[in-house]
Amino acid sequence: MKTHVIVFPGSNCDRDVAVAIQNIIGSSPDMVWHKDSTIKQSDLIVVPGGFSYGDYLRCGAMASTSPIMKSVIENANKGVPVMGICNGFQILIESGLLQGALIRNSSLSFICRDIIIKPTNTKTIFTNKSKISKMPIAHNEGNYFANSNQIKEIEDNDQIAFQYCDENGDINAHSNPNGSINNIAGVFNKSKNVLGMMPHPERAAESIHGCDDGRNIFESLLS
Amino acid sequence: MTSSNWQFDTEKSLVESHGLKLDEFEKIVEGLGREPNLTELGIFSAMWNEHCSYKSSKYWLKKLPTSGERVIQGPGENAGVIDIDDGDVAVFKMESHNHPSFLEPYQGAATGVGGILRDVFTMGARPVANMNALRFGDPNHPKTKHLVSGVVGGIGGYGNCIGIPTVGGEVNFHPSYNGNILVNAMTVGIAKKDKIFYSAAAGIGNPVVYVGSKTGRDGIHGATMASAEFDDDSEEKKPTVQVGDPFTEKLLLEACLELMKEDAIIAIQDMGAAGLTSSSIEMASKGNVGIDINLSKVPMRAANMTAYELMLSESQERMLMVIQPKKEELARSIFKKWDLEFEIIGEVTNTKKLILHMDGEEQASIPINILVEDAPEYQRDYIVNDPSPLISFESKDFEDKDILSDLLKMISHPNLCSRKWIWEQYDHMVMADTVVRPGSDAAVVRVHGTNKGIAISTDCSPTYCRHDPYEGGKHAVVETWRNIVASGAEPIAITDCMNFGNPEKPEIMGQFVECIRGMGDACSKLNYPVISGNVSLYNETNGEGIYPTPAIGGVGLIRDLSNTMTIDLKNEGNVLCLIGESNNHLGNSHYLSIIQNKEDGGTPSVNLDDELKNGKFILDCVAKKLLKSVHDVGEGGVLVAIAEMCISGMQGIKIDITKDFLHGFFFGEDQARYLVEVSQNKLEQIEVDASKSAVKIERIGEIGGTSISINSIGEIELSSLIDHHTKWFNEF
Repeated sequence: MKTHVIVFPGSNCDRDVAVAIQNIIGSSPDMVWHKDSTIKQSDLIVVPGGFSYGDYLRCGAMASTSPIMKSVIENANKGVPVMGICNGFQILIESGLLQGALIRNSSLSFICRDIIIKPTNTKTIFTNKSKISKMPIAHNEGNYFANSNQIKEIEDNDQIAFQYCDENGDINAHSNPNGSINNIAGVFNKSKNVLGMMPHPERAAESIHGCDDGRNIFESLLS
Repeated sequence: MTSSNWQFDTEKSLVESHGLKLDEFEKIVEGLGREPNLTELGIFSAMWNEHCSYKSSKYWLKKLPTSGERVIQGPGENAGVIDIDDGDVAVFKMESHNHPSFLEPYQGAATGVGGILRDVFTMGARPVANMNALRFGDPNHPKTKHLVSGVVGGIGGYGNCIGIPTVGGEVNFHPSYNGNILVNAMTVGIAKKDKIFYSAAAGIGNPVVYVGSKTGRDGIHGATMASAEFDDDSEEKKPTVQVGDPFTEKLLLEACLELMKEDAIIAIQDMGAAGLTSSSIEMASKGNVGIDINLSKVPMRAANMTAYELMLSESQERMLMVIQPKKEELARSIFKKWDLEFEIIGEVTNTKKLILHMDGEEQASIPINILVEDAPEYQRDYIVNDPSPLISFESKDFEDKDILSDLLKMISHPNLCSRKWIWEQYDHMVMADTVVRPGSDAAVVRVHGTNKGIAISTDCSPTYCRHDPYEGGKHAVVETWRNIVASGAEPIAITDCMNFGNPEKPEIMGQFVECIRGMGDACSKLNYPVISGNVSLYNETNGEGIYPTPAIGGVGLIRDLSNTMTIDLKNEGNVLCLIGESNNHLGNSHYLSIIQNKEDGGTPSVNLDDELKNGKFILDCVAKKLLKSVHDVGEGGVLVAIAEMCISGMQGIKIDITKDFLHGFFFGEDQARYLVEVSQNKLEQIEVDASKSAVKIERIGEIGGTSISINSIGEIELSSLIDHHTKWFNEF
């Protein structure tokens, strides 16, 4: 598999996701600098977490206009799998590849802890091996919002990827860490080749992390 | 008034407003052979303040043990360096940002993190972990909440953005910090042994390069402010606090590490306290050379900045380097890639002077040795007060006290309750190498790409130090040592942050001297040297000083991460045992302060032989795979430690012991003790091993159920423990 990880100057999960790809998918990704303008052939493009350009403005807003994002959008429109994690999810939303918005956590503070998510649609290239999984979140703006028309649309199209839940898979207010509407933790685009998610599967990818549930997302991509 | 008197008064107030004493000013005039101009006066002020010159502490700091088999670089560089095998080194230091954090908690704490990160990556290391040691005033003091929120926000805001995990720390509340909070930040980095960078300038004619952010007017006189007491008008000092930009620091980190892969850097120094002044002078002094700087070349954020402002600004995210002339274009291209300033602002000279020009005119010319070697050094008067007397408590004093309800009060107190609310605001998992998260005895991070790890712990008990600075100094060192042992790591070395009041007061100086003596004895005995650190004096407001607080940051090595230990109880049926002697020491304990609102009875003494013996025993047991979990018995005593292990592992325990003085046993703070979880089939072996090593071991109870139950006393459900443990911060 030919994989690419986009590197913005303030990306800080680029190495972590590259390690996970190397360990699980088995190939070392090309690290693509944000000032580059083309990705020629790819089987997976990952937009990693971090603070792309500092995020002093709306998270991901500046990154969405960087030279490399034109190529990411072109590839996505051609059907290449594109995955945005955390800040990457914010960037994909700002780029228009995904619907909705990510606003400040309802607690108004940064949250770093393990949460549990449930795949809502397991018939996609990213989630065909997914199950109820534990993995960390680490964000200040992960509160997913969309208006009721948009929510209806993404629900009707099976575009919800993951929802926050409890150990038993129950989706309830108690298991919602950040105020996301309908506990949404991740969404797809219409054709399901673009995934954005707030949780960090690359931080739950080997036994030393205390949990390796995040592997199933990368393993799904292999099958 | 004659004109000469008038001149004298203006001069006097100018000198004093620069934090210099009149005799220090006379020393400057004598050294220069003339009066300094204003820029030069500013430079002397920046170099000779307490924060930069260590003038009150230097004499005593030299008494600390600083060398050892694994020490590659001791105090004196940007950070200390230890050998962690396989050609790898760990680089670390802790530094205070107390004064600015009180004035402006978010930016003060954020730039504290930024500063210590730069100290570490200046040495060629990639930072892998941040830690901190925080002290706030009375939880009910009107400022405390604002300060806690600001400091936690600032630490998280900086660390989260730059992408270095904040893996642990400690927080205490005490009224002695009402007017002076303490924010001590520590960073640990990893480098290759043959790729360590130092700050000594060399090579006459080589270019001196400025990189990073532009220079603005922020933080002027920051270091001088940090060397003075506060009073009611301290709010006015807010403009001396710098403003942090973690995104630019991330760029600077990556650009510096990229350039360090090339053979381009001869010397590098971060611009921290006293900015361009201290960085250029330190580089020249260490290299025994001179430096000429053309200040017109310094990248400026504001218009019409003067030489004085440029030299004293503490704008953040800047570095000074001496580079190989042939590598100039390569270096420039790397900094351009990262969108950072890169400007040759001067050159290394053989004059042994700092010479500054601006707009074609000479602005300053000072021999380096006057600034550095001839800097004032004081052996201040000190008085050592007798330690507070020991009180021997007896069982009958506690007959009307209920152990379980006292336990609930203790674990819900701000000083002993869960810190989850704090560390969940820190990204403690970025870099994906965090092995032991916050909340255990020591944090453990993996050395990337290997199966070994670094264990880190910060600690200090100011109450112990206040009532017996010698034992308190020993305690601060051994507490981190024990925490590292409890994580399964071999303790290697420490960094320290010496936070004290006004050293011109003999009793404060006495606290300093005795804490140093205690630390030195502990470090020597445990072969646990001091490799870096920082001193913060004048932590006083309106003449009231803080408790003596020698915060220690310890680092250890776990060669095989499968031997990592945590505090959470693992399995039902296993047995919890106590290692070490218990002598019911309740003096200055959390029990007395929380339950009886008393602070007396004497500090527990630290027997260093026992510490060494018991710690070695724990590590032997770890190596033999005899233990399932380990917890150091520290603040609050045995029962608080048991409660923490139960909460962490979501396991109950049936405690079955017979003691004459249960309060003393459960809440006493005797030293050199650990709780260990052992499976039934290893119990006999560990008891035999303990007896062979003359280590005391006693069975406390069997793990299982959903409550802590104590024979003949009663039980508390885990859910109730958790509610009490998390309540205070959740309602914060």
